[in-house]
Amino acid sequence: MSAVAATARLSRLLTMVPWLLNRPGVELGEAARHFKITEPQLVRDLELLFVCGTPGHMPDDLISAEWDSGRIYLSNADAIARPLRLDPDEAIALIAGLRTLADLGDVNDLGDRRAVDSALVKLSAAAQDAVSAANRVDIDLTPGPGGAEATLRTAREALRLHRRLRLHYLVPARDEITERDVDPMQVTSIDGRWYLEAWCHRAEGVRLFRFDRVAGLRLLEEDGTPPPQAVSRAGDEQLFTPSEDDLVVTLEVEPRGRWVAEYYPVEQTEELPGGRLRVVLRVAAPDWIPRLVLRLGGAGRIVSPPGLADQVLTSAAAALAGYEH
Amino acid sequence: MGAVSSRRTERLLNLVICLAASRRWLTKEHIRAAVPQYADCDTPEAFDRMFERDKEDLRDLGIPVVTGTDERWFDDEPGYRIDRDDYALPPIELDAQELAVVGLASRVWQQASLAGPAARALTKLTSLGVDTDQDMDGLEPRIRTAEPAFGPLYAATRDRQVVTFTYRKPNGDAAAREVEPWSVASRNGRWYLIGKDRGRGAARVFRLSRIESDVKRRGRAGIYEIPEDLDAQQMIGKHVPSTDERIATVLLRTGRGAGVRRQAVATIASAEKPGWDELQIRIGDAGMLAQALAGLGPDAVAVTPADLRAEVIRLLKGALGAQAAQIQSENPKMRVG
Repeated sequence: MSAVAATARLSRLLTMVPWLLNRPGVELGEAARHFKITEPQLVRDLELLFVCGTPGHMPDDLISAEWDSGRIYLSNADAIARPLRLDPDEAIALIAGLRTLADLGDVNDLGDRRAVDSALVKLSAAAQDAVSAANRVDIDLTPGPGGAEATLRTAREALRLHRRLRLHYLVPARDEITERDVDPMQVTSIDGRWYLEAWCHRAEGVRLFRFDRVAGLRLLEEDGTPPPQAVSRAGDEQLFTPSEDDLVVTLEVEPRGRWVAEYYPVEQTEELPGGRLRVVLRVAAPDWIPRLVLRLGGAGRIVSPPGLADQVLTSAAAALAGYEH
Repeated sequence: MGAVSSRRTERLLNLVICLAASRRWLTKEHIRAAVPQYADCDTPEAFDRMFERDKEDLRDLGIPVVTGTDERWFDDEPGYRIDRDDYALPPIELDAQELAVVGLASRVWQQASLAGPAARALTKLTSLGVDTDQDMDGLEPRIRTAEPAFGPLYAATRDRQVVTFTYRKPNGDAAAREVEPWSVASRNGRWYLIGKDRGRGAARVFRLSRIESDVKRRGRAGIYEIPEDLDAQQMIGKHVPSTDERIATVLLRTGRGAGVRRQAVATIASAEKPGWDELQIRIGDAGMLAQALAGLGPDAVAVTPADLRAEVIRLLKGALGAQAAQIQSENPKMRVG
């Protein structure tokens, strides 16, 4: 515990020294924010730097740090004046991330495509050995077909210009296309799907809109600055966590229906003989479950609740009646 | 931050500075004298132990502590040093826009296992002096690494080290696998391992969510080669949308089937069936269209082509049969269907 804390702090100090040397007179508050620590923590770091230095430890040998005025001045730290090189994980994370952006550049004409390419060249040169390891992490976030590229472009345009958008959006659970005006907040990907996060004037709340369900997107003349109460939820781990009030649905699927457990957020799965699977889901609006079972065409069935199971029977029988002539 | 850990940080920092400041090899005795915190050690053995641990700590942070002797000093005892050029980030000049995209690249990992390294790397780069407040027009690509297998598989791929785990195939069979990891790749929000399956003697793709056991790393690192022309995304199988160019005729109840309607090339009110629309739809992926139409139940009828119509009927009969059998098995006395 103490060993980890000590090396983590050492790592911060070794980065802090060049950062401060390159910004003489920076304010305590700004430095603390940059390193995501409190001002008292920062002062303790400076106090520690102050007593370290080259052999001999005469005052002249020590790192000199001054911060009484609220501005930080650091000197006499030549041995550690440059930041430590990137370790393999650090280099891999950045290079794989940049490559992901470079792939995106093809579809959303990032004005920053030049910057992505040149940053990649410079970082690869600096990372040396880690470059080949970075090849082994391969992320594809390109939005799929179906107008997603145009949606991405229009959404970013609206964000740049701070303009409102008129959105036609498919709500599959209700089988309808809704129209709404939204103030865009960000464009983000979650689990491989792209979303527009925006303040929705119809719902009067923050909503995530899946690109592949956007039926139309138009830039409006109105200002699209979201209201102050619009707080992003996209990073929220609990985003897709169902609530306690949701209906519990149990399905059994054949081997060729096992994809259901990977595609939908399931609460629980249980292996059954013959490669079959029992799947438990919690759903707010269960109407899509009978439709899912119809699509599965015999590769899955509802175990409970019985009401939903009956819907499958009624619906399938009525549908088949439409083919009898 | 306790006093013990503070003292330890101080000792490590002094060790780094003394090894990096020196132009010659420092023997252990030099080091013991130069780093005041080593005075805490009562015996040479205690110092040896502490110094060994500290060297490991520095190497774990990626600080290159090297050993050597300088023959001019006729001194056989090896010394230690940090080569400053080897220690430091090579000069790398990023402009504000480049730094902004690097920031974006680091945030790709924000909710994933490499979040820490990605953030530290960015801090190192900003320490060079450039600041950026450019935002990227609200673009925030993100990935996640929710699968517990990601951590060990990533590390094994990085280090080229063989792994073993239990894997469940899509058909439900589970078996032990021994794999030389080549690549970890993410597509459509799912992570995959690509590597050579030693038991089968051939390249295989594994979906991380189907790994059922802990992943064990075995043997030494760097013992196998990775094909140079490896294209991980290609191996996962780029989704090639089926391109059935035929046009289907479909009846939809008015106001229903919003998703299917987006694919329509023409829509008119049905002449024969009041309250229904007749749509012409480019088929594309015939299997997907049949499923979508079956899912709509009594709100949709596939008219032509005959194979699409037959497929929808097959799905509906299959669903009806399976559901009826389920209800029958729970309640044998009841007659269904």
